[in-house]
Amino acid sequence: MTSNRDAADAKPIGELQVSIWRGGDDGELQTFTVPHYESQTVLDVVTWVQHKLDPGLSYRFSCRVGMCGTCAMTVNGRPRWTCRTHVSRVASHGALEIRPLRNLPVIKDLVVDMAPFFDKWRDGRGYFTPSQAGSLTVAPVDGNSPARKLASAAIECIGCAVCHAACDVVAWQPDYLGPAALNRAWTLVNDERDNDRSGHLAAVAVAGGCHGCHSTGSCASHCPNSLNPTASIAGLKREVTKAMLKGEL
Amino acid sequence: MSYMPARNHAAYWAFAAHRLSGLALAVFLPLHLYVLSMAINQAALNGFLDWAENPLVKLAETGLIMLLAVHLTGGLRLLALEFLPWSEAQKTRIALAFGLALAAGLLFFVLAW
Repeated sequence: MTSNRDAADAKPIGELQVSIWRGGDDGELQTFTVPHYESQTVLDVVTWVQHKLDPGLSYRFSCRVGMCGTCAMTVNGRPRWTCRTHVSRVASHGALEIRPLRNLPVIKDLVVDMAPFFDKWRDGRGYFTPSQAGSLTVAPVDGNSPARKLASAAIECIGCAVCHAACDVVAWQPDYLGPAALNRAWTLVNDERDNDRSGHLAAVAVAGGCHGCHSTGSCASHCPNSLNPTASIAGLKREVTKAMLKGEL
Repeated sequence: MSYMPARNHAAYWAFAAHRLSGLALAVFLPLHLYVLSMAINQAALNGFLDWAENPLVKLAETGLIMLLAVHLTGGLRLLALEFLPWSEAQKTRIALAFGLALAAGLLFFVLAW
């Protein structure tokens, strides 16, 4: 018998009052009563509502195991990856409030348009520039070099936009690149294989770039992968300043 | 859920305290300059200084010192965050900044009475 079957046979341990955002940016909350199971995740709750109560409910998920970054939503006021968030940890007196991510346009219900988020990765020049175009040889990289350690510390971003939703500067300043795009730029600035370090620095040394960060730290305190975009952005500020003093920017 | 629990963490409180203390000091600055301008009329200045011996004014001055200290230590913390290599001790630094500011306020409070 598989663990899935076990879950299907499990007896509820209580009841949840779940308010879920319905509609677009001008939508409203709709409340559902959902059985509470042990080890139930917030994504399980949303799936239950769609399967049992309202097949019209729109939401997004893929891997269900914290790899893909597609299922992020606002749960009781905090942005979270719902597949790895247990209801028992976040429910407040048996109540859940599930809204779409903040700071992104709502398409419908819990689905936001991620295009503006990834547009900022592009605008922050968050793409690799090879130094040996077309070469089949693999560049040797010392995993213990200081630069590689800085890059590795920031590399495990799953693109879930939880930090983007948590950040007030993103909310206040529409052209601010945001913690995820800047964190990505920081990995490339420290990537010794990348051939355009000053290009990466120039892309974040603009209005809406790294100097827009007020170090409120909400990105770092909410990143489900325990990354620290605040530290990455502080690193970018230092490198941009150094480059300007040297006349490289 | 009208409030924002996502803001309830040390770094955000440090940011908010720095921003609000800065705004409060900016509002205070014209008053400060106005009092300084009284120096051209000795009687007016003395009158003000007598009034400033009022315990309520002393209490307000303690608050003012606290605001200045919060803004100063918070600013030093930000300079360290942005110009020194990253440290994982950010929460300790935030506690230190608030602690020093509180100590400065209390010291003034004790000395002023």
